[in-house]
Amino acid sequence: MMAAIRTVQLSRNVFSKAVFGRNFSLSVPVSAQMTVRDALNSALDEEIDRDERVFLLGEEVAMYDGAYKISRGLWRKWGDKRIIDTPITEMGFAGIAVGAAMAGLRPVCEFMTFNFSMQAIDQVINSAAKTLYMSAGQVQVPIVFRGPNGAAAGVAAQHSQCFAAWYSHCPGLKVVSPYSAEDARGLLKSAIRDPNPVVVLENELMYGHSFEVSDGILSPDFLIPIGKAKVEREGSNITLVSHSKHVGICLDVAKELNEDGISCEVINLRSIRPLDFDTIKESVKKTHHLISVEGGWPQSGVGAEILACLSESDAFDYLDSPAVRLTGADVPMPYAATLEQTSLPQSHNIVGAVKRVLGIQ
Amino acid sequence: MAVRNTFYQFHGFSRKILVSGSNRSRIMSACRYKTTDAQDHKYNPKSLIEGTHSLVDDDKPHFPGSWKSRYVDKLELIKPELHEGIPTYRVLNWDGDIVNPKEELKLGKDLILKMYKSMVKLHSMDDVMFNSQRQGRLSFYMTANGEEAIHIGSAAALDNEDEVYGQYREQGVLMWRGYTLDEFVDLCLGNEYGHGRGRTNPTLYGSKELHYITLSAPLSTEMPQAAGYAYALKRSGSKNCVVCFFGDGAASEGDAHAGFNFASTLEVPVIYICRNNGYAISTHSYEQYHGDGIAARASGYGICAIRVDGNDMLAVYNAIKAARDIALSESRPVIVEAMTYRLGHHSTSDDPTTYRTDEEAAYWGRHHPIDRCRKFITKKGWWSDEEEKTWYKETRQMIINSMDRAEKKLLPNPHEIFTDVYDELPERLKQQSESLQRHLKEYKDEYPDLTKFHME
Repeated sequence: MMAAIRTVQLSRNVFSKAVFGRNFSLSVPVSAQMTVRDALNSALDEEIDRDERVFLLGEEVAMYDGAYKISRGLWRKWGDKRIIDTPITEMGFAGIAVGAAMAGLRPVCEFMTFNFSMQAIDQVINSAAKTLYMSAGQVQVPIVFRGPNGAAAGVAAQHSQCFAAWYSHCPGLKVVSPYSAEDARGLLKSAIRDPNPVVVLENELMYGHSFEVSDGILSPDFLIPIGKAKVEREGSNITLVSHSKHVGICLDVAKELNEDGISCEVINLRSIRPLDFDTIKESVKKTHHLISVEGGWPQSGVGAEILACLSESDAFDYLDSPAVRLTGADVPMPYAATLEQTSLPQSHNIVGAVKRVLGIQ
Repeated sequence: MAVRNTFYQFHGFSRKILVSGSNRSRIMSACRYKTTDAQDHKYNPKSLIEGTHSLVDDDKPHFPGSWKSRYVDKLELIKPELHEGIPTYRVLNWDGDIVNPKEELKLGKDLILKMYKSMVKLHSMDDVMFNSQRQGRLSFYMTANGEEAIHIGSAAALDNEDEVYGQYREQGVLMWRGYTLDEFVDLCLGNEYGHGRGRTNPTLYGSKELHYITLSAPLSTEMPQAAGYAYALKRSGSKNCVVCFFGDGAASEGDAHAGFNFASTLEVPVIYICRNNGYAISTHSYEQYHGDGIAARASGYGICAIRVDGNDMLAVYNAIKAARDIALSESRPVIVEAMTYRLGHHSTSDDPTTYRTDEEAAYWGRHHPIDRCRKFITKKGWWSDEEEKTWYKETRQMIINSMDRAEKKLLPNPHEIFTDVYDELPERLKQQSESLQRHLKEYKDEYPDLTKFHME
């Protein structure tokens, strides 16, 4: 597939709707592979095709194909009307996106990383999230804010913050955090079709990861409901709940622990707001133990919310040991590689926590 | 010409030329701009960069970042304080006489009288509402005392379907479009008839039917939103523009800069109207900026601008009409800076005696926009003192009646706490609402205030 894309890039004039209208993996029959990047790209392409109100704006999204190449080929195919490069002002372009949404368009506003969304956070919260409520239903803001969230590799504190906790705090917003290519396609499509403001927290390190995708996932109307988690792996001894990149680490840990006879159930949250607590509850009733794993900071984080919900629910009585959260270290992200790795939950941290919770040496 | 075209295409400069509006086809044949035909000049943004990318060795500056420059060998710093300020356009002088007899009145007697009466109605509403707050009947209010001419003058010059983004002191625009006194008061009191359904602050009005976006409190956030809305209108080929109000203080926000820059680079039909009333609560304009007001910033963005006497209703009308024509016919933003004075308090939470003298307020009180207009229409024989007294009394009675009616209306049902967070009521909130209703029903004797709410 990489070769196919390189060929396509070289022969710029050959871009036709047929080429991009095709699903990326059609040449391979049943079990196709797709990277998260291509999943997002194809989702954007198909939604732009489906609804003429949808358009993408952000820094470097047009001619440069996107800072992380998520919008590769889209400007060449759709032109200035649908893919817009903006001047460097997050508060500015988030603002014009909100205005366009109020006028009835469906903008997809890309933040180069969510760290820069802090410069636009008033537009996201005060203007996008709260307007339907404050205008008593008169003014809708059907907007999608998307971009990479959380730690990357060696980009230091100002480029590594996880915003899942901050955005999921606010009523009026929906917040999703895809892990796999399937998640990326289904959640982005649902987000674009949703009439509420939606924040899509992607992960830069996952962009290049390949996942198997079935024909169903490649269908242009493949949607994942916002507010529903997925049990990625069934298990019976302990529940591991996570979102985004750490779902992959949990799955690796589950595989490793399986050798030792520990059966882990891995839940991929998919949506942070609304949080699918029912799935977590049913799982805990089965396994009696829970560990929440996230890359964000501990205080007031996603894990804190899950553990609080657990204490307030009847699933609390099913716990055989206190629920535990594993989070990023409570420090601004350091730059040096070893320091950075140590500041995030790694496999051995999760394995250690599982064994501690289960009382195994 | 052909070589240049290919050059542009190769480096992607032409992408805007290829897909923008009809004016773009004139790009290569655009005439050189001459200072004499400024008023007839049709905006052609591509002519800005014409001739600067020829890569010819002609000893002229061809930098990608500046397009109308020339070389000089004398070092001279530009000191803006030495330049004359942008002049202020007016039609009437302070005595209500038309200054330039050759200037034709662009509006007829009926419209002028309707506008005048609206100004008085607005003033009466503000006065009664302000006093109601002082009496404890209302929690908060902001008057537009001294700025009535800007509200009515601009609203009358617009099409009723031009979308309006306000800041917080433009209730006259909404009144002109047909928002009733009942609607104003209901929202301020937060009763069940108010458009806010008890969710939003007093004075943050909105009306979808009247094309007035529900007001948002953080300053200047509406400015880039207005550019975005205008982009959507332009894209759909609409014959309407967007109007965005903001104050001299709000213009300092980062959003203002972004809004101007975007409106200019996206080439969209939006009129930015600055109500420069001299104060941002207690901050005098001189502490807000040291430049020549907001109109002077326009040229920095490539936006055309006009400064107008905001206390002259006729001048405001003319300026907005002209701005609208340009904005729509040339698809470009316009900044209209309406100079005025905030005669009233910033809001009911303010006390201006702490930061300005009574003398200053009295001076501007003598030059009230309503008085100026009244002198004009009285001299024309269209209005009399008798009619003035009657209309003044009538408007006061209208708003007092609205207030009385509104106070008897019920407050919204508590279910309204939970609706409109999302387009559909989430299950979790539905359960909480039902639980609250059950609780209130069971313990209604513990909640004597419940009779003020619209309970089922």
